[in-house]
This record gives sequence, C-alpha cells and structure tokens, in this order.
Amino acid sequence: MKKQAIRLRVNGDDVEVGVAPARLLLDVLREDLGLTGTKRGCDDSSCGCCAVLIDGVPILACAALAASYEGCEITTIEGLGAASALDPVQEGFVECAGAQCGFCTPGFMITTVALLKRNPNPSLDEIREALSSNLCRCTGYMQIYESVKFAIEKHQRESEHAAGIPAGARR
Amino acid sequence: MSGTNTQLSTVGKSMVMTDARTKIVGLGKYADDLSVPGMLIGRILHSPHAHARILSIDASRALALPGVVAVATGKDAPTPYGILPIGHDECVFAVDKARYIGDNVAAVAATSAEIAEQALDLIRVEYEPLPAFFDPEESMKAESNWIHESRANNIEKEYHHVFGDPEVGFRQADFVAEQRYFAGEVNHAAMEPHSTLAIWEANEHMTVYSSTQVPYYLHRTISEVCEMPMSQIRVIKPLIGSGFGGKSEVIPLEIAASVLAKKTKKPVKITYTREEVFYTHRGRPRTIVDLKMGITREGKIAAVEARVVQDGGAYCGFGPVTVLYSGALLGAIYDVPAVRYDGYRVLTNKPACGAMRGHGTVNVRFAFESMLDQLARQAGLDPADVRRKNLLKAPCITVNGLRVTSYGLPECIEKVVARSGWNAKRGKLPYGKGIGIACSHYVSGAANPIIRSNMPHTTVNIKIDRDAVVTVYSGASDIGQGSDTMQVQIIAEVLGVRPARVKLISADTELTPIDLGSYSSRVTFMAGNACIDAAKKMREQIFAVVSETLASKPDELECVDEVIRKKNAAGQGISFEEGVALAIDRHEALSSQGTYSPPEEARGGKFKGAGVGPSPSYSYSAQVAEVTVDPATGHVCVDKIVAAHDCGKALNPMAVEGQVIGSVYMGFGQAMQEEMIWHGGRLMNPSLLEYRIPTTLENPEIECIIVESEDPEGPFGAKEAGEGSLAATIPAIANAIFDAVGVRIATVPFSPEVVLDAIKKKQKLAGTNGRPGDKDFAGGNGSSGGAA
Repeated sequence: MKKQAIRLRVNGDDVEVGVAPARLLLDVLREDLGLTGTKRGCDDSSCGCCAVLIDGVPILACAALAASYEGCEITTIEGLGAASALDPVQEGFVECAGAQCGFCTPGFMITTVALLKRNPNPSLDEIREALSSNLCRCTGYMQIYESVKFAIEKHQRESEHAAGIPAGARR
Repeated sequence: MSGTNTQLSTVGKSMVMTDARTKIVGLGKYADDLSVPGMLIGRILHSPHAHARILSIDASRALALPGVVAVATGKDAPTPYGILPIGHDECVFAVDKARYIGDNVAAVAATSAEIAEQALDLIRVEYEPLPAFFDPEESMKAESNWIHESRANNIEKEYHHVFGDPEVGFRQADFVAEQRYFAGEVNHAAMEPHSTLAIWEANEHMTVYSSTQVPYYLHRTISEVCEMPMSQIRVIKPLIGSGFGGKSEVIPLEIAASVLAKKTKKPVKITYTREEVFYTHRGRPRTIVDLKMGITREGKIAAVEARVVQDGGAYCGFGPVTVLYSGALLGAIYDVPAVRYDGYRVLTNKPACGAMRGHGTVNVRFAFESMLDQLARQAGLDPADVRRKNLLKAPCITVNGLRVTSYGLPECIEKVVARSGWNAKRGKLPYGKGIGIACSHYVSGAANPIIRSNMPHTTVNIKIDRDAVVTVYSGASDIGQGSDTMQVQIIAEVLGVRPARVKLISADTELTPIDLGSYSSRVTFMAGNACIDAAKKMREQIFAVVSETLASKPDELECVDEVIRKKNAAGQGISFEEGVALAIDRHEALSSQGTYSPPEEARGGKFKGAGVGPSPSYSYSAQVAEVTVDPATGHVCVDKIVAAHDCGKALNPMAVEGQVIGSVYMGFGQAMQEEMIWHGGRLMNPSLLEYRIPTTLENPEIECIIVESEDPEGPFGAKEAGEGSLAATIPAIANAIFDAVGVRIATVPFSPEVVLDAIKKKQKLAGTNGRPGDKDFAGGNGSSGGAA
C-alpha cells in the first residue's frame, strides 16, 4: 500500500512519518517512533494495554488509524509527567504496587490520568467504572485502587499548596 | 531458619519494586519492545485440522514472494523436545502429523509482518485428516489412530497410589459422600503475549531474548533442537509481562524464532497474537474429579478416594507433573489417615495443557473442600470447626511422605473466621446471602529438579569492586512477581547495606549462574537462601580484614546501616566502603557464591511418582467468601473475600499482598467466569473479549491477611506467596453459594446457567419455591451440575 506523509503531535513534539493509510496508531508509535511504552496485549481492543490520550481522551491505539489523528495532541506513557517529576498517578503506581509485571500499567495510568482530569475526586465505584476498560492479570486491582487514591491525595495536596492553604489546615 | 530475624532493617519491610520506576515511565523493555537493525519478522503457519497426516508441504510460492527470506518446516528441526525428560514428544513444526487445530506446521521469516502473513497464505500443505479425540473419557477408549503411537489408548500417564488403609477408613466413617466434579479449562491470560527475538551473531553464536520463566530450560532446548552447543547460545530474559506458568516450558515460537535465525543468519522476532496465545495454551486442564470422602461423627476425616481425569491436549508438556500434584496435594493439607488416588493424564486433539498457578492442586482442592463442607453440614458441624479438627501438627510427615516443617493453617483459619464475622453470619444470613470457608496449600518449590542432577537448584554470585557497588548475578527470573527486589532485600540485609547499593543482574545465561526457573513457587525459598549464603560468605571476607583494623575477631563484627563495627558498639567503626577497600587491597577482588539445594529429607518417598509433591516447605491459606445469589437468574455476586496466607515470613509485605490478592483474583475468575469453550477441536473464545478475565467491575473486594509461621529452613523464615491462595477461592465461593441458596455446585465455572439449573432442580425436588428457610439442607448431597 502506498505510503503518505502525515504529521502527528506526540508528547509535545511534532513528527512526520510516512504511513500506509491502514497503519495503526499503535504500530506508528511503537515501530516508527520507538515509543514502546504503549503495549499490545490483544487482537481486538479488549485489554486496554495500548491506551493513549488523544486531546485528553483515552483511545485504544490498536483500533485507531494513525492518519486520522493529524492535528491532535497525542500523549503516551512516555509523555506523562514533567521532565523532572513524575505525574502523581505514576508515583501512586510505584508507591502502592499498582504495577507488578507492568505490562498493563501504561494503559491503566493513561486511563487514570484522564479520569482524574475530568473528576479529580472520584469515588471507589467511579474508579472501578473508569478502569473497567483495562485488564490486569497480576494485581487483582486492589493495589491499583490504592495507587489511584494516592494520586488523588497527592493532587489535592498540590492544589491546596498552590492555593496557599497550609498543610495543617486540611480536612 | 536461614538468616536471623533479630532487628531486621530491610527484610520484612515493604519495598517498592526495583524495576517499578522503569516500568511506569514506559522505558522497561519486554521482548516485543526490542528490535535490532536488519531484523526479520516471523509468522507461524498453524494446522486447520485437529488430527491429520501431513502429506506434503510446498513453500515455493511463499519463497517467491519478494521480502520472504526463509520458510522453515519440520525437516529443518526434527528433534523432538519437551519440558520433561519423559515427554519429548513435540517438534517445533509437525513432522509427520498435526495433532490439534493450531499445531505448528511451518514458519516464515520476512522483511515485514505483512509480507510474512501474506506468505503464510501461499504455503500449500496437503493433509490427510484422521479421526480426532476431544473428550478424555472417549479418548481413553481409543484402540487406533492414537495421537502418539507410543501412548496406548491415548493415556499419557496414569498413577495409582494408596496411602494408609482407605477400606478401614471408610468403615470407620459415619458420613460418606461421593460426587463427580468438573472444572473447565482455563488459560493464564498473562497480559504480555509471548515474544522471542533470536539474533544470529558472528562465529555461529546466537542470542535469544525471550518471554520465558525458564531461561535455563530454554537454553538447553534451543541447543538440542538447533544442534548447537549451549556455549554458543545466550538466553536473556528481558522484562516479562507475567507468566502464571504460561511461559514455564519451552513455547513453540521460541524454537521457531531460533530455527529461523539460524537458517537466515539474521535476527528474527516472532510475537504471538492473542489468538495464538490461547491456541498455544499450556494452561489448567479440564478436569473430572470423582471424589469420595468419609468423616466421623466428630468431624475427623477418615479416608479420601479420588479418581482424576485430566484432558491434557495433544502433547505431554508438564502433564505427568500436573496429575501427580493433584494426587500428592490431595490429602496433604490435613491430617488424613488414608488416601487412594487414581490419576489419568489423557491425550486429546487440543492444545497441550501445562502448568498454571496452583499447578495440579486447584481443581482437586475445589472438589475436596466442597465435599468437606457438605460432610460437615451432614454431621451438623461448623465447617470451620471440621477444618480445625483435621489439622496437622508440624513438624510431621504426611500420609504420603511429604515433610511439613511449618504450618500456619490454624492461624489462617482463626484470622479469617474472626475478620469475616463467620460465627455471627454462618447460617444466619437471609436467603440469597451466603458465607463459605475453604483452605489450600502449595509447595515452596519442588524438592526434586525436572532433570535429575546433583547440581544446586540455584546459584547466586556476588561481586564487589572498588566502587563498593554490590553486584549480584542471579539466574532467577523476575516475571513481575518481584523476585529481583526480594533478592536485593536479602543481600542488603545480610551485608548491612542500603538496598540502593545492591545492583542485581538477573537471568542472562552468559552472565548469571543457573537457576532452574520461576515455577512451582520456588524462587523466594531457593534463590532467597542462595542469596543469604552468598552474602554471608562475602561478609566473612570483608570482616576478616576489617577485624584487624578494629582490633577484634570477625565474628564480633556486624554491619549496620553501612557501618562495620563491633556488635552493639554504635558510633565506632568504619564505613562499608572503607571496609570494601581494605578487603580488596588484601584479596585483590571480592567475589562470593551462594547455592541452594533442598535437603535430602525433603525429597519425598521412593514409590513411582514420589518425586512430585515434595517441597522443602509448604504455604497455607484459608479464605472466607461472601456472596449474593439471585435465585431468579442464578447470578452470583461475590461481595468479599478475606484471605489469610501463611507465607512463613513476608520479606516484602507489599509484594506478598499483591501476590495473595492476585491469586484470589485468578481463583475468582476461574470460579465465576473463565472457561475455554471447545467445539470439537476449535476454540470458541480465543480472545480476551470472549474469554472473560475479571475486570474491575466483577472483581470482589479482596482483603489479605499475612500469617507468618517462620519456616525453620526458609530465608528469614519465608516460603511461597504467589500461588497457594488461588485454590481456596473456588471452593470458598462454592460453599458460600450453598449457604446462600442451599445448592451444591459441582461444575466450575459457577455460571448463572449452572447455578439456576441447580436451584430449579432443588425446588422441584422439594416442591417449594425457594422460600426463606430453604437453606438448611440436612441429608442428601444436593449436588448438581454433573450432567453438563
């Protein structure tokens, strides 16, 4: 199939790649751009391992044609957090053992980042609902919930700090 | 116990996995993340027939396709192999006949995945279909067209064991039950599909990166099949996206990639699709358990008898080990005076089954714990009490010769009874709500190696150089369970240094000494003990030199928080780094080696099949499940599971909790919703969309309670944590369903259809409409589901 040049914006960088029209975003990320943090766990968009953010919304890169996402802001696991600091979600997955084998972890973190963006203080039921798009075979999910709660609290501390509320005055 | 538990500074404290920070930024490399210049992509051609003679293979059209570099068939690698020395019955590509839909027939290496896939369509294979066998009980009756000519009646292996006197036992029993149980076939469904990158190097060498739990066995097998000395092959285990047993034997793509790399003299990568993962399988076999058990009026188990038939699929794999574990662990959790076991591993024209978390014990434990619950109720006893009445008294030897050195089961039972509110809830919940208890156990590694030898089961090397970095070389395979972290903790503890000073290099056959692999929950116990051994030897070397500087004897020294000093002499001493420098000046280089081999006393009896089941130590689990059953639909909601697990000593409590909760989760999946569904030899659900592992929505709340029995031989008292809990989950749920609606479910998974059918049969029998009060079900076993 004839290739065409497309321009993508991935993790804040503009990149140009030559792709066949049917080429999946997942393959472009992993093979053309070397961003292997996004994983392939299934054949039929059922596992969530390949979730990436498209303009802040989680999308399964295994079911997305790369050429459809020109002009969008694509964020992969490699683009989470700042250069010098982890995103609180990443910290949560480290500190609370939300990652065991780590293969599903990028997808879970992408989904969690999007959840906390639209709902900074979700209930456990809301967390479960949001994360039901992703499969994990290691953790039994309990430590993933802990990881998400860690991130929620960290976010809250940071926003309180930014608003000048002293730490002792919380609750 | 090995190591000492006084004033631990690193061991016993939750520690973040050493590789967690790599994983959460997306930099961790799994096999499929690797690529090298000039790399070819391999794809495998699978048989569309369940059983067929291969008459001819014509690959000429595929080879003519631009971009195709090579096609490999059975002729390229005819040496049969298998994980067990008694089961070398598979070739990487079928040589004479294909034995299941999905069997490997040929493979293509091409410059792109697309070309490789196109080429598969161009390979012409002429088959002559043969009669095929899909049901193990039918397969056992076959008189011709056996799947392997050397396996008469399609029976891979059968074992018949009798311990104690079952006849006497059943005569002494006041209550006897008999029941047939079915457990469906389940797959590991590790999130990472298998992947192998084989790189042909200069000088006829090959480097193989593979998603394996067993680099050593892979190393051996590549050597045999590719007819290359082991010295020319290097196997490296990158990060593994979990295994659960699915990567614990050599998987066809590992050999296929190696054969293609050798043939093309180029790097070749093969990654399975999820469908291929399911068709490669090696999971828990569909199992038929005919169980008979007798207990006395007081609740003491008098005798147990089981006939187990496992639907093993088309190749041996771990099969004989699976069926032996089912027998060895049948009665060994309790003080059972008499056991009769007849186990059959049967070949069928389906993908080979193999080892899966809780290898061999899960389905018989389901049957056993369900029946014990049933007998307890028939005797009018509390099921928790009946378990208390049958406890072992460690140290002891079980009826089948297994040595038990530590036994935290009593505490596990008390903890879950208290935590769940068992006494307040049992039998008192409203119709539709129920609570159930069950127990399980598992080995902390096999006391006997797969390939008999006197080689240590694990060897660990430590090197310290002038930079004072403690570099550990270990063959143990971290597959996500955290074994790298466990070893760092132990080495840091013994040497008295911070974990950050310890750098672990693991599972690279060119650098690390042999470890047998990550299977049978052996790594903490065995590699952990080898780490203690190596670190103590290293400490001796350093202390021998430092003692002169500190004017004391080596055994008067300790290293605490990186300061080497006289014991309990805080504030005086020299730093670990200075100590290392002094020692290197004396010895020129610092290195040490530690090993572990199970003691002779742990290796079990002498009868045929006695080699499987013995372990240096056993873990124990007790669980209470609470459920809500909708009697109108048969739908079961598991509300909560409390799991207590005796892991000896939690070296890393956060990791132990993750292992226990993960095991319960997997048991829940098998209990409620996972099953590989076959139509003849064709799998109806070879995808994660249709083979439904639980999501966050179905999964119950799981609470983990750690019990520490401190095993006398475990590293700091530790034993296994990663598998033992799984088996208790299924019967705990089954027993809770009985408590809720008064029906015994003998078929796993407990789908709404099966549960509803049981409820309807019971209602018909009783002429009632499932009204409250219908829960008590004295007499009769109320079993159901057997007709499926």
